[in-house]
Amino acid sequence: MSLLPIKAIARKEWIQIRRDTLSLAMAFVMPAILLVIYAYAITFDVNNIRTVVYDCDKSSTSRELIAKFKESTYFDIVAYVDSYAAIDRYLDSGHAKVALTIPPDFTKKLLTLKTASVLVILDGSESNTATIAEGYISGIAQGFSSEQGIVSIKPLIDVRNRVWYNPELRSRNFLIPGLIAIIMSVIISLLISLAVAREWERGTMEQLISTPVRPIEVVIGKLVPYFVIGFADTLMSIAIATLMLRVPLSGSIPFLLLVSAIFLFGGLSFGILISIGTRNQLMASQMAMLTSFLPSFMLSGFVFTISNMPVVLQGFTYLFPARYFVSVLKGVFLKAIGPGVLGLEVLFLSIYGAMVFTAAVRKLKKRIE
Amino acid sequence: MFERIKRLAVKEFIETFRLRRRVFFIFVAPLIQLFMFGYVATLDVNNVSTALLDFDRSQESREFVRRLEGSGYFTIVARPDSSQEIAPLVDKGKVLVAVEIDRQFSKNVRKGLPGQIQVIVDGTDSNTALIAMNYVNMIAARYAEDLGTPIRVGAPFVDFRTRVWYNPDLRSRNYFLPGVIALIIMLTCLMLTSMAVVRERETGTMEQLMVTPIRPLELMIGKTLTPALVGFLDMFMVTAAGVLWFGVPIKGAFFFLFVSTAVYLLSVLGIGLFLSSVSKTQQQAMMASFFFFQPAILLSGFATPIESMPLVFQYITYLSPLRYFLVIVRGIFLKGVGFEVLWPQVLALLVLGIAIFLLSALRFKKRLE
Repeated sequence: MSLLPIKAIARKEWIQIRRDTLSLAMAFVMPAILLVIYAYAITFDVNNIRTVVYDCDKSSTSRELIAKFKESTYFDIVAYVDSYAAIDRYLDSGHAKVALTIPPDFTKKLLTLKTASVLVILDGSESNTATIAEGYISGIAQGFSSEQGIVSIKPLIDVRNRVWYNPELRSRNFLIPGLIAIIMSVIISLLISLAVAREWERGTMEQLISTPVRPIEVVIGKLVPYFVIGFADTLMSIAIATLMLRVPLSGSIPFLLLVSAIFLFGGLSFGILISIGTRNQLMASQMAMLTSFLPSFMLSGFVFTISNMPVVLQGFTYLFPARYFVSVLKGVFLKAIGPGVLGLEVLFLSIYGAMVFTAAVRKLKKRIE
Repeated sequence: MFERIKRLAVKEFIETFRLRRRVFFIFVAPLIQLFMFGYVATLDVNNVSTALLDFDRSQESREFVRRLEGSGYFTIVARPDSSQEIAPLVDKGKVLVAVEIDRQFSKNVRKGLPGQIQVIVDGTDSNTALIAMNYVNMIAARYAEDLGTPIRVGAPFVDFRTRVWYNPDLRSRNYFLPGVIALIIMLTCLMLTSMAVVRERETGTMEQLMVTPIRPLELMIGKTLTPALVGFLDMFMVTAAGVLWFGVPIKGAFFFLFVSTAVYLLSVLGIGLFLSSVSKTQQQAMMASFFFFQPAILLSGFATPIESMPLVFQYITYLSPLRYFLVIVRGIFLKGVGFEVLWPQVLALLVLGIAIFLLSALRFKKRLE
């Protein structure tokens, strides 16, 4: 292995990348757009749930209860209706997701010191929103009950909640660190999957083979320019996340960059491996998409908690490097943990990278012979 | 005119289904996605790994723990002896929740004073954290009620009953799977359409097509018929698998689903044609489809509620055909409603579809000339 052929191949590849301005632009514009959308638009926080009220009591007490819903930012009262049929219409059409009905004897029961029931109907089709709304409603219920009491009610159990790492429970802090892994694996594997397939397709591979370059030099030469792009992408994503989106980065930055580099190396080697195997650009990019995007999105713990998956699929998650990288990113960003706790993840990523790289070199050797 | 369209459509059909990998892409990839979403995409919170520190070790504290475990939401995986041991467990991600029962818990409860329970939640995954916290609070509130609150004697009490419509068990799967239909149709048809056109351009056969008497409109129709057919096939496949395998209810009329899919396809194919007019190579077409697809999904209400987005993003969602189609499919599957309720969405989809298709047609024609 020598440096000169590697440099030559890397330079040639670089020129080729630069010519495809559209793809290159997408490599930088897309991460920025995705980060911004995820940060601002994608939130599991539940606010302004459209609510209709069917108040049969129409008393000052019932209005007080409605005011409780209004005051909380969680519910947004869009209409007052006067029949159950109207509630049906609102929920069916999706114009409302929650219906609050107050029975006619509401005040009377409270005045005679009896339990008054209030019926809340939830649209369960958006299951997550409904679950969270249920929690909010029970909170409002407790508050209202105790205020209406002659003597204030102190429940016998006092639960104190403390949230670590992300005290305000911002969705953004949960999504953005993991998103960096998704962006990197998709963009990188898409770009690089073409690198070798292009040569096969255009027949320039034969020319390359007839020169005295060795397979390992070809692979490294092809890797280098994409590594530079990928690393620039990573730096940009981290900068956007921390400076613009204000996601706290509480851990060590050098450690984060080191692990990113290891992950990049593995992802790129995998892209090249696909590229060598398929000989066709289109197929290579489709394969890359299917093997990088879907698993890294679904099976990495990025959004969907791994411990909630069926056991078989939980086993699967160990096969994809994104899983380890997502835990590293979340750990470093939010928990400020380092190599001490995340050593195993880093080890797996390194082993994966080394294995895939060797496989790529071997495969190329075989193909050439 | 029909003869020319027919010829082109037949040629397209043969070209699409000739390659085995493309058939794989059309039929197997959607199934993989469906199964991933069916098994992985759940925001339900179950079996949260929990650390328990019961400093009280009384009958009352054990009862609380029994209720915690009996709820199915929490699985106790660790019983550390001191509070210091919590941090490493949460850091490593071994537990998401730690429940600490105060030494004085039963003593206080017996005296009618509030007994303290401290709950520590890992906020990294904000959604799970919030829901888990709500569950602990609800369990505690119910237990407090059962313990009897002597202070409350004589005080009125409001009892909130929640009833969940459409998806009473609040299963995430019922929420996600109908949406997957919209997702898969878009992904598959976008790529097929845009690549069908770009392929001709890339291989140079576009010139040959242009010297034939075929007109641009005929060319567009001929090119989009096969993707449309694939869209319908995917719709059938996903619906069948969702209903038969995953047990997602379909309460509405299948015929209406069929009709609205046709209207939805109008926009999707239009976008596909547009993307084909901006890309030069199949590679670019594929990347462009993917990068259009990502924000389109995120800003459609597929996974997170639109009402929680900032207003600017809420306005953007009105431009997304997915937004309307998602309301339609969820309405058909979960709510069992039809045209009488969903006509605004169908109308919006139709208008949007015609507009997109016309715009793309104009641009497409210009590129040809």
